[in-house]
Amino acid sequence: MSKVIKLKKGFDINLAGKAALQLTEHHPETVAIKFDDFPGMYRPKIVVKEGDTVKAGSALFFDKAMEDVIYASPVSGEVIAVHRGEKRKPIEIVILCDRTIQYQEHRKFTISEIANLSAEDALTHMVGSGVWVQVIQRPFGIVANPHLAPRDIFISTFDTSPLAPDYEFIFKGQEQYFQVGIEILRKVGKCDIHLGINAAAEVSKVFGSVNNVRIHKFMGPHPAGNVGVQIHHIAPINKGDIVWTLHPYGVIQIGKLFLEGRYDASKIIAVAGSEVKQPQYYKTFTGANISKLVANNLKSQHVRFISGNVLTGCKIEANGHLGFYDHLLTVIPEGDKPRFFLTEGWLAPVTNRLSFHRAFGLLSFLNSKTKEYVLDTSTNGEERAFVMTGAFEQVVPMDILPLHLIKAILANDYDGMEALGIYEVIEEDLALCEFIDVSKQPIQQIIRQGINMMRES
Amino acid sequence: MNFLHQLLEKQRPLFAKGGKLERFYYVFEALETFLFTPPTTTPARGVQIRDAIDLKRMMMTVVIALLPCLFYGMWNVGHQHFLAIGQTATFAEKFLLGFKLVLPIILVAYASGGLVEVIFAIMRKHPINEGFLVTGMLIPLVMPVTIPLWQVALATVFAVLVAKEVFGGTGMNILNVALTARAFLYFAYPTDISGSVWTYLGQEAKTVDGYSGATALAIIAETSANLKSNFTHGAAVEALNKVAWAPGLFSFENLFFGAIPGSIGETSTLMCLIGAAILIITGVGSWKIILSVFAGAYLTGLLLNAFPLNAYMDLPAHYHLVIGGLAFGAVYMATDPVSAAHTETGKWIYGFLIGFFTIVIRVFNPAYPEGIMLAILLMNVFAPLIDYYVVQANKNRRLSRATV
Repeated sequence: MSKVIKLKKGFDINLAGKAALQLTEHHPETVAIKFDDFPGMYRPKIVVKEGDTVKAGSALFFDKAMEDVIYASPVSGEVIAVHRGEKRKPIEIVILCDRTIQYQEHRKFTISEIANLSAEDALTHMVGSGVWVQVIQRPFGIVANPHLAPRDIFISTFDTSPLAPDYEFIFKGQEQYFQVGIEILRKVGKCDIHLGINAAAEVSKVFGSVNNVRIHKFMGPHPAGNVGVQIHHIAPINKGDIVWTLHPYGVIQIGKLFLEGRYDASKIIAVAGSEVKQPQYYKTFTGANISKLVANNLKSQHVRFISGNVLTGCKIEANGHLGFYDHLLTVIPEGDKPRFFLTEGWLAPVTNRLSFHRAFGLLSFLNSKTKEYVLDTSTNGEERAFVMTGAFEQVVPMDILPLHLIKAILANDYDGMEALGIYEVIEEDLALCEFIDVSKQPIQQIIRQGINMMRES
Repeated sequence: MNFLHQLLEKQRPLFAKGGKLERFYYVFEALETFLFTPPTTTPARGVQIRDAIDLKRMMMTVVIALLPCLFYGMWNVGHQHFLAIGQTATFAEKFLLGFKLVLPIILVAYASGGLVEVIFAIMRKHPINEGFLVTGMLIPLVMPVTIPLWQVALATVFAVLVAKEVFGGTGMNILNVALTARAFLYFAYPTDISGSVWTYLGQEAKTVDGYSGATALAIIAETSANLKSNFTHGAAVEALNKVAWAPGLFSFENLFFGAIPGSIGETSTLMCLIGAAILIITGVGSWKIILSVFAGAYLTGLLLNAFPLNAYMDLPAHYHLVIGGLAFGAVYMATDPVSAAHTETGKWIYGFLIGFFTIVIRVFNPAYPEGIMLAILLMNVFAPLIDYYVVQANKNRRLSRATV
């Protein structure tokens, strides 16, 4: 049995409104692919126009810097909008969804055919079908370049972020696809595949019996489930290394492509959060419109819809669409109320607003660990200069000095960034720093800024 | 309270871009955010929820941790006064006298330093930072009660300007601001901040027979200088116990409880420890620094005890922890997160060296009776160097991993 890697640092944010293990079909009216979900894209070239009909798996666009990787339509239907912003920068492509999905048919493989498939053929099949976008490259956390061989491939099979979906539930019954996905990745990557497994949970049905992978067990508070943290403890990324990371969903999608001959962008998502009447799971599609999910399903009206979790997610409108890589819709109250300093503000004792700190009046640390919090979007203070030290280190379970890394980025110190570990992190790994930051700085934005600087240098 | 917020919001256009009072926007912002946690919400990208803490609350925690020292100091100012003139007085009389003497110093420090902060916020167009809440309280507590108010104002203005704003404001300063104010006075007006200035005597009051306003540090230094190498073991403690005008004034217990002459807020080791407990429990002050300052001072004291060449070196190590401003400096000054070491390993080294240098300066430097101020300022300057090596070690670990 592999040994358990115990992480002490980190912080669990226990929010109210966890999704019940109950599944409903949800067929969205529209789906959208948003370009902001691919931070690594240089120059997208859109190959459809408004009014075109597409099948699930048809190419919508590609990146001129990586022309062979197509970004495919999750559903079949009519392209009803290509939204652009300033300087014609593309924002999103919206597709009106057919009632029954028509798939672009690809070749189906049997298990033995897969075993005999060459790496080149498998790669070509992946990049031309839409599934390649699931392969993320570190450093930088961007869609991987198919022509650069990885040192290792890492897959985290659990999510420790707030209100995270239960992977055992959303991937139930997909064992065969997952195994085939692993075989394909082993072929294409020609390297070891590392699986990060939650040591605290029961033996995983989906991931427990996978073959040809190296299993690593992790235990600890969030961000123990982040693949970046796991990489750091299994085989850290050094200068010049390239590794791939995949969400289990991506592995399963690859497996389905080869076994069923389809780019299957259906996914199970959790709709959760304190303002959802019935938090539960829905089977829908990548980029689904959320309006039907939240209509008549809200406890209050003044809320924020977040595609993803509350730490790394993105605000969307009530009729907006889920992000490409998200498996969660979180709904929490907006916090745009002024609070008088003596009664609810900075001099008042508070127990119901969660804090990592214990400064005067912050009493949430006295609450039981199982207390579920209803937190709103208030910044709880204003942006200030960096003053506090020693706090970020307590929520980053890696041998990294977060404050120094952030300051190196702000100082445009390329050598410093590199030496302090910019290659090892992406936004999500330091998201907790942003949450606990006394000075309310936009840490994740700074990290992406640093990553972009390194990419362009 | 909603009406108050609406009233404030009505004034906002005046201060907003294009408004008449545009340049005072950050003064308006400071007032409004003081009264109300602003209704701002998290942006569309990045964390969608934020921790309940903010800088105001963090700074307020330090101010609260300072209150035991402040209140005790007020009482002690009165206590020392009546002790020196040989009158008995009630607790309330002592406290009220202290209150009357200390309050103007606090007000002057807040007003003068606050003014500089506001002027710079307007000039530099940045928000007014809350750090001065603490600095404005620390400065009075390290002053003798007899300090002329104009000197308080001058020192505060100097410190905020030269130690902080010149370096770019809050978060960028290298030196501890409050200690810079003290050091400024120490070198600019030495007669007003050394010698027998620690006790308020009043206008016409006569002192008791044999009165001397000397502090424990001064007595030990003098004894040591007089005896040179002809001292007997325990001479320093004997000299402390021999103070005739107030028997028991410098007994170890009294030194610990702090009913002794000294700066307003720094005399009581006990109150500093209560403050330390508040800072450590709330996580606002680094326990590593506090502990390592005490450890550094105690171990250095022990080391000197092992080779006693004069009466000061012979002073029992535990006395070093309760005399002078060591405890106050360790708890409130050394832990200033901006001027201290920023790395966790660095904090141990930084604190230990502060303790070490405090004792070395006390014992070996005849010019300065107290070492903590200079030790902290010195280590403030070296903190970036300590951090440099700790950060370099982290970089080297990453580098060595790559070449394996």
